Amino acid sequence: MAAPLHIAGIRKVFGKGDKAVEVLKRINIDVAPGEFLILVGPSGCGKSTLLNIIAGLEEPTEGELRINGKNVIGMAPAQRDIAMVFQSYALYPTMSVADNIGFALEMRKVPKDVRTKRIHEVAAMLQIEHLLDRRPAQLSGGQRQRVAMGRALARDPQLFLFDEPLSNLDAKLRVEMRAEIKRLHLVSGITTVYVTHDQIEAMTLGSRIAVMKDGILQQIGTPDEIYRLPANTYVAGFIGSPTMNFITGTASSTGATSLFSFEGGSLQLPSPVQGKVTLGQRPEHIHLSDDASWRGQVTLVEPTGADTYVVVKTGVGLITVRTPPSTQVKVGDTVGMTVSSHHNNWFDAQSSLRLS
Amino acid sequence: MNAKNLSRLAVYSVLLIAAFFFLVPLYVMLVTSLKDGAQIRAGNLLSLPTSLNVDAWALAWSSACTGVDCRGLKPFFWNSVSMAVPAVLISTTIGAINGYVLSMWKFRGSDLLFGFMLFGVFMPFQVVLLPMSQVLGFLGLSSSITGLVMVHSLAGMAGTTLFFRNYYTAIPRELVNAARMDGAGFWRIFYRIVIPMSTPILMVTLIWQFTNIWNDFLFGVAFSGADSKPITVGLNNMANTTSSVKNYNVDMAAAIIAGLPTMLVYVLAGQYFVKGLTAGAVKG
Repeated sequence: MAAPLHIAGIRKVFGKGDKAVEVLKRINIDVAPGEFLILVGPSGCGKSTLLNIIAGLEEPTEGELRINGKNVIGMAPAQRDIAMVFQSYALYPTMSVADNIGFALEMRKVPKDVRTKRIHEVAAMLQIEHLLDRRPAQLSGGQRQRVAMGRALARDPQLFLFDEPLSNLDAKLRVEMRAEIKRLHLVSGITTVYVTHDQIEAMTLGSRIAVMKDGILQQIGTPDEIYRLPANTYVAGFIGSPTMNFITGTASSTGATSLFSFEGGSLQLPSPVQGKVTLGQRPEHIHLSDDASWRGQVTLVEPTGADTYVVVKTGVGLITVRTPPSTQVKVGDTVGMTVSSHHNNWFDAQSSLRLS
Repeated sequence: MNAKNLSRLAVYSVLLIAAFFFLVPLYVMLVTSLKDGAQIRAGNLLSLPTSLNVDAWALAWSSACTGVDCRGLKPFFWNSVSMAVPAVLISTTIGAINGYVLSMWKFRGSDLLFGFMLFGVFMPFQVVLLPMSQVLGFLGLSSSITGLVMVHSLAGMAGTTLFFRNYYTAIPRELVNAARMDGAGFWRIFYRIVIPMSTPILMVTLIWQFTNIWNDFLFGVAFSGADSKPITVGLNNMANTTSSVKNYNVDMAAAIIAGLPTMLVYVLAGQYFVKGLTAGAVKG
């Protein structure tokens, strides 16, 4: 049963008087039934606090929170009909896997035979049936992760919350479990809020991404919108790897396009405004070209297999360019760079906000 | 012989000397309790008894005299049991609940409260003798075993709270949060999640409290009446009752009887004691 989640004007202040810290500044998010929402941001941005408020583990200072249309402010976590997967998994160490998965059902006085049936269903879904009699200490990291998800799934809640669930796993397992979480969401269709600081997790899992910084929601949108049309330089720099290149300069009209000139070069591009602006250009949208006028010296060549990233030192700092792995450039070479008139992200040089 | 063996030899020598030092008194007590009067008067403290004579043990247990009362240690022993068992259980239970609240359900001023409780650990008990006796009189519990149980439960609470609180601080908070989301309340989390994880610290506290309460002399001598004296006081009185000849064998047997329960507790639960003292973090 998928439920909508309505977050309106949520504020959270820790401490009092001079020492008061506002960690959430009026957050508004509406999550549609069945949606997979990612809360992403650097540590200390308030994303975990927001998740705890949704869970009921913390109360907001101000604001409105509705799950399936019902106001849940002041309601105990258990009554909100949500399930949460914690970063440390938080499995009960003295109980077997089966008892861990069935604990919430037991607390809700589900009869034993129904409970046993449900535990086996969930275990089958997660391929952990052979582990049901074990203790958490006898499991590997990936297995514990599965049990933690099983515990959340068993109750068939209205809302799933994930608090950085993959950060304790090694790289290979992380990719595997990421796919598993995506699969389980597709199968169960339960509305999900997922907190992470990993932008790749955010891009791959989310149906929508909410980027947060300093307690403020910077942008919310589909992965494509966030990647293609970032609302400000912060979002633009946070999402995408390697990070977007920023070039600050002056645009002056020359008819249909503008002459965008900056330290050590200039480009003929369709800038939306004149004056001081910042151009954001992703590495895949800058090309090496021998006869280009904007030039710099190669300081680093990073092959990743599928692509090779070339870092060029220019008058405006280091510029990263994505090239095919067949590229012949070497460290120390002087190269020219061109920027196409597509995929330009223009930001106000002062406010860092997107210009469109 | 190389340096490694030499240092090993040194370590074992020190350990053997230490063990010898601590075991000799026990040995003397044991052999003396099994000797008869004539052999004791012969004077060789370390010699083995010529015959195994358990008369002194029987005497100490059931018919040695304290003043004019010749019922042996038996009544005192049972006084101690009926004092120590409830007092240990009550102080441990309260300590566990206090520790649970002070580590996992913190409230405004809970750290300050814990600070005050810590103060109780270091307070000399002589300070509370007079006020406590007034309180006992006020409650009508003077000179009763119930009164002693109360005194020991209260006196032990600070220590047991400290033990449990420090142990529970190492349990991740996410575990409690997970249980809250699963629908468990304050007490349910306590006895389904927290208590099953507490075996080592439970053992430490039980041993600690039992040893303290069983061996206590101060409260026993200050707050007990004629019929509620614990074994420590009984032993003292028995050994100080003067008769024509000093029955060292009876005194030794009585002292061993008085110390036997604590030794038994260590033997049965001692392995947990070391484990509990060294186990800091709880691994999930």
